[in-house]
Amino acid sequence: MRAVIAEDSVLLRVGLVKVLETVGFEVPAAVGDAETLLAAVEEHRPQVVVVDVRMPPGFTDEGVRAALMIRRQWPEVAVLLLSQFVEERYAADLLSTNTSGVGYLLKQRVANVDDFVDALQRVADGGTALDPEVVAQLLLRKDNDPLRRLTPREREVLTLMAEGRSNTAIAEALVISDSAVAKHINSIFTKLDLPPADATHRRVLAVLRYLEVSP
Amino acid sequence: MFKSSPRPQPIRSVLRAPWSAAARRDSLFLAAGVPLGLPCLLALSDPKNLWFLIPLSVVGSDLLTTAQRSRLHALRGVSVPGRLPAGAGWSARIKAGFTWRQVAHHLVAAPLHAVLAAVALSLWGAGLLMASVYAWAWLIPFGGPFRAGPGWSTTDLWITLTGLLVLALLPWLLDGLARAEIRTASALLGPNRADLLARRVEDLAESRAGVVDAADAERRRIERDLHDGAQQRLVSLAMNLGLARRVLHDIPPEAMQVIVEAHQEAQAAIEELRDLVRGLHPVVLEDRGLDAALSGIAARSPVPVRLTVDLPHRVAPTVEAVAYFTVSEALTNAAKHAKASRVDLTLRQTADRLHITITDDGVGGADASRGSGLHGLRQRAASVDGTFTLTSPRGGPTTITMELPCEL
Repeated sequence: MRAVIAEDSVLLRVGLVKVLETVGFEVPAAVGDAETLLAAVEEHRPQVVVVDVRMPPGFTDEGVRAALMIRRQWPEVAVLLLSQFVEERYAADLLSTNTSGVGYLLKQRVANVDDFVDALQRVADGGTALDPEVVAQLLLRKDNDPLRRLTPREREVLTLMAEGRSNTAIAEALVISDSAVAKHINSIFTKLDLPPADATHRRVLAVLRYLEVSP
Repeated sequence: MFKSSPRPQPIRSVLRAPWSAAARRDSLFLAAGVPLGLPCLLALSDPKNLWFLIPLSVVGSDLLTTAQRSRLHALRGVSVPGRLPAGAGWSARIKAGFTWRQVAHHLVAAPLHAVLAAVALSLWGAGLLMASVYAWAWLIPFGGPFRAGPGWSTTDLWITLTGLLVLALLPWLLDGLARAEIRTASALLGPNRADLLARRVEDLAESRAGVVDAADAERRRIERDLHDGAQQRLVSLAMNLGLARRVLHDIPPEAMQVIVEAHQEAQAAIEELRDLVRGLHPVVLEDRGLDAALSGIAARSPVPVRLTVDLPHRVAPTVEAVAYFTVSEALTNAAKHAKASRVDLTLRQTADRLHITITDDGVGGADASRGSGLHGLRQRAASVDGTFTLTSPRGGPTTITMELPCEL
């Protein structure tokens, strides 16, 4: 699988390349700014792009804008955003077009190589990976009545679902059985008036739709 | 042998006084004032002139004031600050009552001072003339009312002594006159007490805002340095250790244990640094404003927060920082002390004020006079001229309201 990296800190860029190559990705280009990133994507057509939100010259949201441009121009390219902090608007912007092949993680998550690779793999395969802090913020803004109908356990399950995890992963995280997870999810869908669906990323789509992130 | 003893200082200074630099300066100063005061004096001497004199002095008072100011500054080093900024309109001048005080100075005080100065300066001449009577008395013809006959009369001795006395005392007289004039000029041409206080308050407000801004800017700088430097390095280090954990399989378990621990330590350090940086001045606050920054802390709060933000535009960075840290502290309090189960946080912006309300359903009983944290919040609000109110009856609920100016 081919991945292109855009990160202005040389240390992290080199580290990311090493991590990705170790787990079997091919990294044809690792760049330091948004403009070069677009050129690299055009040239190499990778399956996935890892983008830092803050990049030169403005160090504000160049990465997000580049990511949105990539999503529009090459919808088949998955995008994983890395950010110093959680900014739900970035997530909302990114998720508003399509929730498949999208990820948004705090930069520090790359320190945990296994989790990071797991999230990247998920995004590259067309899934979703949202940082727990992003999900917490998205849920916070939509803290409305139907959500209050959920039991605390169901909320936990919903949060993990929104991060883009599979039933098995949720079962592991909460130390419950797969069937219990399935039961909770069904109950959530019932309470939230959502039709159940199979594919992982479509569940996230449903959740995010409900959270009014996407139209 | 005759031994000369030092002469006593007072006598020496009295003898030298008339020729001292101070006396010459005062004489020059008073002399320069005479022409500035005389026109008004001469005009006033005939009541008929009054009808055009007053309008003229109103119009010309600025010129006279400028002349007086430069005289005061050049010869006595006194600067009388203008009361209004240069180029202020007529209505502003009349409203401030400034023109009338100027006119009072030029019509009354300046002529009076001119007369006194003229008298004092004539005393100079009289003193010199009298002190030197023996040198020129022979010029006066005999038989007149001033001189009866030839020879040196004892009257001349008295005249000489009187002249010397006048010369000796003159410097003090001149100094007194100069001081009196400076005082009147400062009072009538310069700002009054209320103006001075108002100006002082302005200066203080400005310098305080400067200090607050500077501290804030410093925090931002440290935060950036940590974020872009130390934190990136730590993440990179942790990533490498994580990589080592993943790829190194054929190493002794003890070595792997060390790597695992180092990896965990590095991740803990990243978390700690992140919390520290957040406490300084979060990047998100600077880049994305209050709304984004507050939803960040609200999401991390252990107590559920309902956040309502209505800010049409961003406020001054320092005010944003005050608002951010207050909310952050209040949420920590609600979780730690109030045993609250939910917090309502509202930010609203009216024309030039930012209104913040934080309500929790906790046990209440918070007292700003006891808790240093709450006292700190009050001080933070006060540092930008904001208000801080706390109501927290025992049993709850606790409500904190803050009002901050949008701009400093």
